[in-house]
Formats: sequence, C-alpha cells, structure tokens
Amino acid sequence: MSEKRRFEPKIVAFFCNWCTYTAADLAGVSRIKYAPNARVIRVMCSGRVDPQFILDAFAKGADGVLLGGCHPGDCHYAEGNYKTLRRMRLLERMLKGMGIEDGRFRLEWISGAEGDKVKVVINDMVEKVRALGPLDLPGRAKGWDKELEALAHGVRKSEDKKEPTHA
Amino acid sequence: MPEKPKVAFYWCASCGGCEEAVVDLAEDILGVVNAVDIVLWPVAMDFKKKDIEARPDKSITVSFINGAIRTTEQEEWVRLLRRKSQFVISFGACANSGGIPGLANQFTREQILKFSYEDSPSVSNEAKTRPQASCQDEGHALSLPTLHNVVRSLDQVIEVEYTLPGCPPTPKLIAGAVTALLSGKLPPKGTVLSPDIALCEECPRKDSKPADLALAEFKRPHSSPIDPEKCLLAQGFTCMGPATRSGCEALCVKGNMPCTGCFGPTSRVRDQGAKYVSSVVSNIVPKDEAGIDAVLAGIPDPIGTFYRYGMPKSILRRKVDLS
Ligand code: SF4
Ligand code: SF4
Ligand code: FES
Repeated sequence: MSEKRRFEPKIVAFFCNWCTYTAADLAGVSRIKYAPNARVIRVMCSGRVDPQFILDAFAKGADGVLLGGCHPGDCHYAEGNYKTLRRMRLLERMLKGMGIEDGRFRLEWISGAEGDKVKVVINDMVEKVRALGPLDLPGRAKGWDKELEALAHGVRKSEDKKEPTHA
Repeated sequence: MPEKPKVAFYWCASCGGCEEAVVDLAEDILGVVNAVDIVLWPVAMDFKKKDIEARPDKSITVSFINGAIRTTEQEEWVRLLRRKSQFVISFGACANSGGIPGLANQFTREQILKFSYEDSPSVSNEAKTRPQASCQDEGHALSLPTLHNVVRSLDQVIEVEYTLPGCPPTPKLIAGAVTALLSGKLPPKGTVLSPDIALCEECPRKDSKPADLALAEFKRPHSSPIDPEKCLLAQGFTCMGPATRSGCEALCVKGNMPCTGCFGPTSRVRDQGAKYVSSVVSNIVPKDEAGIDAVLAGIPDPIGTFYRYGMPKSILRRKVDLS
C-alpha cells in the first residue's frame, strides 16, 4: 500500500473552433494517443477567452489552463489572436505575481493541420504540471477560511458567558 | 408618534474617509439625525459594545459598516451588528471589496508584522516587541485582537442587504440610500446602490474616447503632463473607467486624474482587474511579443493598479501560495 497513486493534473483547455479544436479533432480521427488530462472547451476564437475564464478555471480546481488558437496572421476573425497574445502577456505576469507558477498557464498556436502538435503540447504540459503538483485552489481557500470558523465559535462562547470581549 | 428608526455606523479596516463622507452630508445629515436615533457611531459618539449587546436582536433598523475585515475584533463586531440589525449596508470600497487594505492579501501576516514592527525604516524596536493577544499587567488580564491571515470584504464574513460603492461613497449616493431606507422604498436585496453601467458613460470626456484605442504606450500621472480635455485612456493613462461602475459622476477625471476603479465593477463583471486586461490591454498597438512587452512595461504593477480596491473580492482573492 506504500505506492502512492500518481497525481493526474486537471487541465482546462480552451481551443478555438477554427484551428486548435480542428487540430484536436484531427488528432482524434488519426488515432493519435495523448494524455487524457485535458478537458477541452471549444470557443469560437481564442480572442473570446476573457482572462476571467482562466482565473475562474484555476479557482474552481484546474491545475493548469491551456489556451490554443490559430497562428498569428491566421485567425478566422483577423485580429482575435493578437488580442489574445496582448492579454496573455500581461496575465502571465499577473499570475506569477499572484503565486501561480510558470507552466500552469500556457498559450499555444496550433493550426488545423497540426494534430500532432496537440499531442506534443498536451503531453508536455501534463508532465510539467504533474511535476509542479496540485494547485488545489478550492482546498487552499477552505484552509484560508478556517480562521473564520474559529472566531465564530469564540464569539458564541464569549456571548454565552456574558464576558466582555474587545470593548 | 412612531418610534424613530435606529441607525448604527461602524468602521473596520478603513482610513476614516467614509466617516468623513457621512459628515460631508452637511445640512442634509442634520435632517437625517433628527429623523433617526443613532445608537452607535464610534467616530463621533460614546457608545460601548455592551450597549449593543444589550439590545434585542433586529432592533437596529440599519447598520452602515465601512472598512475591510482583517482583525478578530472587526469580525466580532460585524457579526454582532448583523444579529442586531434588520439591514446591513456595506459602505465604501473597503467594506465592499477590501479596498486599499485588501492589497495586504499579497503578503503573509508574518511578513506584515515583521515589516511593521521590525524592518520599517521609521521603526526603532530593538527588543523586537510584537503585540500579544493577551498579557497580565498588575494582576489584570489584558487582551488585544489578532490580525487575520486574510483580508476580507464585509460580505465575505456576514450577509449584507445593500452596497454603497465608492472611496468614499458620494454624499448624493448616501443621501439617496438613506432616503430610500427611511421612506421604505427599498430596492431588491443585493442591490448596489449606484447605476449599473461603466463610468465612461457618465464621463465628460467620453466623446474623445476613440472606438479603437490603439495604445502605443502607457503613461503615469506623476511623470507625464495630462491634457485636461481628452479621454485619459486615449492619452495612455490606465484610466479604469471602462471596467468601473458609474455613480461618482467621474470625480477623479474632473480633477484631471485617471479613475483608479474605486466603485468596483458592474454586475456583469466578476473580476475587475481581469476585465480591464481583457478590454483595454487587448487594444495596444504591437502584434509581436517583444513589442507588446515593451508597451506593457509601462504598467509596472498591474496587480496594484487593476486590483487597487478589490483584491479580496477578485477571483483569486489573494496571492495563492501564502499560508
Ligand atoms: S476612459 Fe476614463 S477619461 Fe476616458 S471616457 Fe472613460 S472614464 Fe472618461
Ligand atoms: S473616478 Fe473612479 S476612482 Fe474616482 S471616485 Fe469615480 S470610481 Fe472612484
Ligand atoms: S479563430 Fe482561431 S484564434 Fe481566432
């Protein structure tokens, strides 16, 4: 019983409909095998991905977030992936500042023809996030809020005893 | 004559500016003071905690509470006021979303105490004395509140009925809220008592805000001259107007300073800082990493800039790797 079960990171993957999602489809029909850790969410364009979505994925328990779009110049909506790149350059700095390690968020350009790149990127990301370990923000937030339970209890006690607390 | 409504004011982790805002109601406050019985107002009147504890539950009509929650004492007080009050109004940015004190969520309690009691250049404390939660002095047991690890908004600790935004809320919004309460014309529970649209909508400079911002650089107000007419964002200042709720009538912009976001986001936005990145940063000019990074270097502290008043209510709440 000493062997611990290997940590399987949960990766939320936002893939744009026109390139990266098509590539993931291609990987599927070509029977390319890759790590099963990514939960893919199809969006019309990588530019649809508001940085709020990424933070939300982490806050709800993702260990990593992958964002995939068309190569620069190839976005179906012309400019969407440039908007993505600008946002994510700053978001990456902010994630680091908020204590989320490099490698938990990743932006990749994967065209509809690059089924193999889907495999390479997901496998590589899963290994790197596995090495980082669980992020577990829901669990951490629970830990942070223990201090509230303690006081709720303390307040009740002092009221029962009719003792003045902090006047 | 029916009994006058009972009103309490309380302050938690705040600067006192919200109290000042109540006083700023000037003559209006006198009308209010005549219409209500103030049962608690630590900044101005001498009531004690035991006076509130002695009141029946729900006997206070409304408690206006400002400031973030970061000590055990503040938490005790707001829990007490919650029980004694029919309505609680979260008053001002610190209560609503943590405010400036909320920026402490980038540090551990130990880092904060160590800096404040040992390392700060203005401190001389060779014995490294720190405040203790309890001690004995000449046979008396003394106690002090302790600092929480995490700064919280008021609604992360107790339920609140309404929210008055602002740093501080403006006299007009306060008067509106008080009138609504006294006349019994109450909006649905949970309402933020200011218009649910972005500040740009009521900004006198909005006509000079281009549809396509095409920002080639970011500037900072202390080091660049500011054109007093043109949209501040169009000039390259990180004006938070597009990601901030209206209601202040663009006070800062009228003073020729960019909005720093104190009214918090509109109801459709969950995370003010991330939304700002989404809407504004996507509009800078360069398309390549190096060029983008060069423009973004003009925002040296994105966290402190975009979450200036709201880190505890942001999606991540605090720096996630702190104990
Ligand atoms: S960005 Fe600022 S200056 Fe420009 S319209 Fe909006 S609030 Fe006014
Ligand atoms: S302009 Fe912005 S920072 Fe200034 S009072 Fe209005 S909402 Fe607050
Ligand atoms: S459609 Fe693929 S990134 Fe815009």
